[in-house]
Amino acid sequence: MAVAVAQRIRLSYSKYWYAYAMIAPVVIVLGVLVGYPLVRGVYLTLTNATSLNVGRQIGVNHIPDSFDFVGLDNYADVLWGPTAYDRFWSHFIWTVAWTAICVVLHYGIGLGLALLLNRKMRGRGLYRLVLILPWAVPTFVTVFSWRLMLADGGAVNGLLGLLHLPEPGWLSDPLAQKAAAILVNTWVGVPFMMISLLGGLQSIPQELYEAAEMDGASAWQRFRHVTMPGLRTVSSTVVLLGVIWTFNQFAVIFLLFGSGAPDAQILVTWAYRLGFGQQPSDYAQSATYGILLLSILIVFTGFYRRWLARNEKANG
Amino acid sequence: MTLTADRPADRPADRPAAGAATAGRPAKVRRRGRSSPLASVLAHGTLIAASLVALFPVLYIAYISLGPDDNDYLHPAKIFDKMTFANYGKVMGDTGFFTWFGNSAIVAGGTTLVGVLIAASTGYAVSRMRFPGYRQLMWTLLVTQMFPIAVLIVPMYYILSNLGLLDSYSGLIMVYSATTVPYCAWLLKGYFDTIPMEIDEAGRVDGLSPIGTFWRLILPLARPGLAVAAFYSFLTAWGEVAYASTFMLSSDKYTLAVGLSSFVSEHDHQWQLMAATSVLIAIPAAVVFYLVQRHLVTGLTAGAAKS
Repeated sequence: MAVAVAQRIRLSYSKYWYAYAMIAPVVIVLGVLVGYPLVRGVYLTLTNATSLNVGRQIGVNHIPDSFDFVGLDNYADVLWGPTAYDRFWSHFIWTVAWTAICVVLHYGIGLGLALLLNRKMRGRGLYRLVLILPWAVPTFVTVFSWRLMLADGGAVNGLLGLLHLPEPGWLSDPLAQKAAAILVNTWVGVPFMMISLLGGLQSIPQELYEAAEMDGASAWQRFRHVTMPGLRTVSSTVVLLGVIWTFNQFAVIFLLFGSGAPDAQILVTWAYRLGFGQQPSDYAQSATYGILLLSILIVFTGFYRRWLARNEKANG
Repeated sequence: MTLTADRPADRPADRPAAGAATAGRPAKVRRRGRSSPLASVLAHGTLIAASLVALFPVLYIAYISLGPDDNDYLHPAKIFDKMTFANYGKVMGDTGFFTWFGNSAIVAGGTTLVGVLIAASTGYAVSRMRFPGYRQLMWTLLVTQMFPIAVLIVPMYYILSNLGLLDSYSGLIMVYSATTVPYCAWLLKGYFDTIPMEIDEAGRVDGLSPIGTFWRLILPLARPGLAVAAFYSFLTAWGEVAYASTFMLSSDKYTLAVGLSSFVSEHDHQWQLMAATSVLIAIPAAVVFYLVQRHLVTGLTAGAAKS
């Protein structure tokens, strides 16, 4: 008895020891490069730091920090300051709309293509290869290509002109800019969804479909009652990741419009502009946006997981 | 051909169906997946249209890169008569292309190696061992995904500068690893979960330490998962611009992405050179993609379906 207990303790000790050794590199790297910046970011939000009063090195002279502690003023200013709507809330609304539209398009198109690719048909492997391709192209190459295509007189408007459709100024007109951003991001994001959902489809046992067919279920009923439940785990993961990634999608908007297009900026690119893209840089406000963004996503994830858990229970 | 002939693991679902259909079913009933001619035409039509949309921007930029003048992109039709590889010659001969290419290769290769290795060991630990702090670690990995990267740049700059790692490969590799590892660890945990515990136990019985088991038995079995993680890490590092342009200060340390974006300002909008460079950057990514694409479905399935 005592021996068994001693053995168990030794075993658990050795288990933990190895576990900690194996996660140590990640904990260190994330601690240094994410944890510390996070703490520093929270601290910055409580100050009025800008590039003018932050300590810096000029030649051999070190100029110390000279910013002040201001408490929660930054949050108050961002959320309900005099121009809060123009700076934060209008971008917030657009960011939420952008995330919702993009994720719905990613998921819908991804699922449609995955269903088609899951059929037995000639050339399936080739289609799959071509359709994943957008994922393999580095984002800035993608965006650069789209910029040329969307420019006035570019390929997209050329095609629209041939069809006698209106030719919007994709890179200059505010509404068209938003549409262009969604278009490009959809192109970028569909392959990941498609491949993940295709994997999910392939893990659904074929017997379930046969049983449903025997029972006389229509194609729609099979989709509704076999495919969708079978995809539930994959879907919940990729939708969560999709929301997080799209909400924070920096590269597409930043590279597509540079510092132009104030209306099409989502909160992340807006925060970057405050902290890096203007003179003087407003580090405190930029960090405040960062912390707010993180909070929004954490709250969303909390609700999403609870919703999933409740659904799980409801569906047995 | 290799593309259509999937490995059996790619489509376990198809096999029983094939058997069942030939065995005991009336011929009238169409087998699932083999549908009416109209549906088949529609399916092919949709897939062809989607493939064109997927392919077009890539082909378009390759085509533009063949036009010798800097406003050719405005009149694509004119390029057809004067196609030339001159832009490629110019990019490779007159710019720091090969330096940048080498830098990108070092950074992306290093990120892939370091990132996948530490993501794999983390993924293994959280897949097999329930240690105190397990939940917190999983939660941290998820939250790290949420942190807006753009906002980390300023503090990261100070940390790297304090550590003396600005303008160095190892600094950039560390930063990239920090961004890729959480997703890779998550994905690999899902993959390791599908490998039976008995294999670990057998390894332990034969006298291997947990790390030995991981290294000698589990890693070789997890190749599809590792391939996806490597693909993701490589692409992230290969195409990243914001960090690279902030942390790599001297032009002999630029990565391709940064070098490319310097064309717009320095060479006053030489789009055709940018297009040629884009193609040259996309090629290694396409090669990596081609090498791992057979594993993508299997690797991602496990990760997505089980986590």
